Amino acid sequence: MIALLLAIVTAFFFPGIIVRVKSIVSGRKGPGILQPWKNIFLLLRKGSVFSTTTSYIFRIAPVIYLATLICAIMLLPLPGITSGFGFAADFVLLAYLLALGKFFFIIGALDTGSSFEGMGANREALYSMLAEPAFFILFGTLALLTGHLSMQSIFEQFHLSGYTSMISGMIAVYVLIQIAMIENSRMPVDDPKTHLELTMIHEVMILDNSGFDLALIQIGTNLKFALYGILIANILIPVAWAIHYRIALFFGIQAAFAMSIGIMESFRARKKLVKNPQFIVTLSSIALLGFILSLLIMYQLIL
Amino acid sequence: MYLLENILIILPVVLSFVILVVPSRGRYYAALLISLGIVLVTSVPAVNVIFGRETAPVILPFITGLGSVTLTIDGLSAFFILVTNFTALTGLLYSHGYLNPYLGLKSPSRFSLHYFSYLWLHLSMLGVLMLRDGIPFLIAWELMAVSSFMLILFEAEKRATLKTAVNYLIQMHIGLVLLVIGFLLCEADTGRMSFDALKIYFSHHPNTGLFLLFFAGFAIKAGFIPFHTWLPEAHPAAPSHVSGVMSGVMIKMGIYGIVRVLTYVQADLVTIGLIILTVSAISGILGVTMAIVQHDLKKLLAYHSIENIGIIGMGIGLGAMGLGIHNPLLVLLGFGGGLLHVLNHSLFKSLLFFSAGSVYQSCHTKNIEELGGVIHKMPVTAGLFLTGSVAICGLPPLNGFISEVLIYLGLFSGLSGGSVYQSLYMLLGIISLALIGGLAIFCFTKAFGVVFLGTPRSETHIATSEASREMLFPQFLAGGMILLIGLFPLLFLQPLSHLISVQFQIGIDPEWQSITESLSMIGRIGCLLIGMVALLAFIRYRILKTRIIRQGPTWGCGYTAGNARQQYTGSSFADALAGLADPVLHTQKEEVPFSEEEIFPGERNFSTTPADVFRKGLNRLVDFLMLILKKMARLQTGNIQHYILYAFIFMILIFFLLYLKIV
Repeated sequence: MIALLLAIVTAFFFPGIIVRVKSIVSGRKGPGILQPWKNIFLLLRKGSVFSTTTSYIFRIAPVIYLATLICAIMLLPLPGITSGFGFAADFVLLAYLLALGKFFFIIGALDTGSSFEGMGANREALYSMLAEPAFFILFGTLALLTGHLSMQSIFEQFHLSGYTSMISGMIAVYVLIQIAMIENSRMPVDDPKTHLELTMIHEVMILDNSGFDLALIQIGTNLKFALYGILIANILIPVAWAIHYRIALFFGIQAAFAMSIGIMESFRARKKLVKNPQFIVTLSSIALLGFILSLLIMYQLIL
Repeated sequence: MYLLENILIILPVVLSFVILVVPSRGRYYAALLISLGIVLVTSVPAVNVIFGRETAPVILPFITGLGSVTLTIDGLSAFFILVTNFTALTGLLYSHGYLNPYLGLKSPSRFSLHYFSYLWLHLSMLGVLMLRDGIPFLIAWELMAVSSFMLILFEAEKRATLKTAVNYLIQMHIGLVLLVIGFLLCEADTGRMSFDALKIYFSHHPNTGLFLLFFAGFAIKAGFIPFHTWLPEAHPAAPSHVSGVMSGVMIKMGIYGIVRVLTYVQADLVTIGLIILTVSAISGILGVTMAIVQHDLKKLLAYHSIENIGIIGMGIGLGAMGLGIHNPLLVLLGFGGGLLHVLNHSLFKSLLFFSAGSVYQSCHTKNIEELGGVIHKMPVTAGLFLTGSVAICGLPPLNGFISEVLIYLGLFSGLSGGSVYQSLYMLLGIISLALIGGLAIFCFTKAFGVVFLGTPRSETHIATSEASREMLFPQFLAGGMILLIGLFPLLFLQPLSHLISVQFQIGIDPEWQSITESLSMIGRIGCLLIGMVALLAFIRYRILKTRIIRQGPTWGCGYTAGNARQQYTGSSFADALAGLADPVLHTQKEEVPFSEEEIFPGERNFSTTPADVFRKGLNRLVDFLMLILKKMARLQTGNIQHYILYAFIFMILIFFLLYLKIV
């Protein structure tokens, strides 16, 4: 529950920081930090237009998308604080809950019968499929290093295992950031600012959502960033620290995460769509490299 | 007491012949009655066995030619009996509505034969599960192949169906030959031809060879790649309830056989486990990849059976490895996940085939590219298909997730504590399973999205009405079970783990306790998720009631003349992946490129034909054999003197061989 609370707080500032950083870097005045959420609250108050092609799938999809994210966040432990749900293979449930949300998000887009949204749905399905192994290899590495199967004990043990965990930790953070970028359809896979529907992924899938439903999706997307932010914080924050340091570091990490996304997006061009699968598979190879490294350390094949 | 049991067992067999003479109106009800009888007679002892009240083997003394025949139900067969009974019964319930439109079109004898074969498929599967002696087992195995062959032939006037059915029959017999050789090897050594004699064989011979022989024989039935080529042809050709039963339970008989033989294997279990794991991972990934590019909805589902057999096999391979390294936790997780997936797959695959059958009945096509917007006329069928889709993708809160998470747990717990190679193998397993999960989502968002959502792609194949209640009822039964297993997994897992520990003589690992806790937690989070969805949906409903809601066309990005043909099709959805997986898919594209001079392009045709590399390989092999056989045909001159000469040469040959003491 605390994770959910922190995620909501994080999600509240996250998109604003990204937008703010991007505007500062590009020399614009830019909107305030709370502008993205002002837009969401505006949407929540608006009416909706539904396409005549759509069915109940289109109406239930945003609800399920948000519900899976909330449940997924509730599973997350915080550094030194249990989620109350910790159990073996909870990270599998986490990944599959996100996949469930994505499943409905995709069929929700297909429900409109629009070829543009079909295109976006297709890309989303392909990219998340390709990114899936990276997440599991990452947790395989962590499970191997710590010998535990629940996120709570994995993250607790991870810090105790000393300096070898530094390398794995860095790889883990890198992979998680990249997965977060892919899952949230950010650069370099997708450009949230693009105006051409043909090249969009996330934005094109929600073309027909309006009002309350669109707000739900946007809340969900912000929460998704917070979810990955919490995972990263779990890897980076030492459990042994005093609680107020941990809280400070937690928000510091979230802010740094958001700023790094803003900076990355400002200086990075999006990839050609055909190159995206290659890029995403590379991520799995990096994760695999981390795994093999841990294997070498574990069995002391080198050193 | 024995007499009563014998009568109970023989009665359904005798009664099944009555189907052939019952008038057409009462035929279904007679079949249903007999089927219920079979289910009752076999389920009661099976439930008794599962809950620990051991049932003595039933001895059928009357088949004198082969000696007395023993029907034995142990935990393993009891589990499979219950799985078989459920799907066979729901299939029969579904068949009535599904076959209704054919009533005037086909001769009454065709229907009699169909229901008769259906009952015999059910009976022979139960026979396979209960018979332990070689010959009776093989007879039941053969009856199963023949009765399912008859069932596929329901639409025998279609040439493709006939060809597929014959192909199926031939491949089943190749499997049978392998099993016969396996049993003969066992008999030559131990003097007995039964599963129990395998234990003696395995105790003083290398285990891998004979096991692989049995594995190959059973794998043809189960549909492991590369033994799968009959499967994607046979399932679409059969009527939907038969596809559901064949895919849901009949191919699991192969799994049953593999697990049964595994219970007798004494050594080399790590190697055997690795082989099963590798074959299964390949089956899983390739099965789902090939499923994605299919145009035929039922063929897509058939390829998914291969994928799921792969997942089941991964569990079994893991369990075998656990036996090999004496790790009871791995045995429980592996076999537990594998066997639970047997049950799960039988539920969601039959559900999917049934709802696909309803779509076929309403739209008269199985071609995904011609369907679309079915949800508007068939919302309940769409909901059921969606339930099956979510379950087959292994997503929470449904049952597919439970069995997959058990296999994941096995793989993750096997990561540490063994050798480097073990860790690497486990990781490869994890990657495969993750990839299979992602690909399945890709596949079923395509299947569900293109068939049920959007607008109809062809004017001639528009859904007309919802399926009848009679057809929906068995689907609700399967759907209810899917949800039940997903939310309360321990109800099913506890008896299953008990059964596995008895079957493989292992103690319950202390860590198993934490696994069961995790699963009950997963069930609780499933409930939480459903509650959360309900809550949010309620809030949304209340808020939208106060807002202005308008209807309009789908936003066409400024283009207002969009039509149904411009929608994303199944092929376009699959194309992104087809490009990546071309080495295994070999999708053939036929298109005429636009030339530069064409300023106003005319009409164009574009078609893709998915191919199966293994099918191609098999064809090449068959072509090669045909070439040799054609050359051999020269011997057949039609001249009687030549034939006498052959016989003479043969006799001389035998004489010399005997003389030289070669034979």
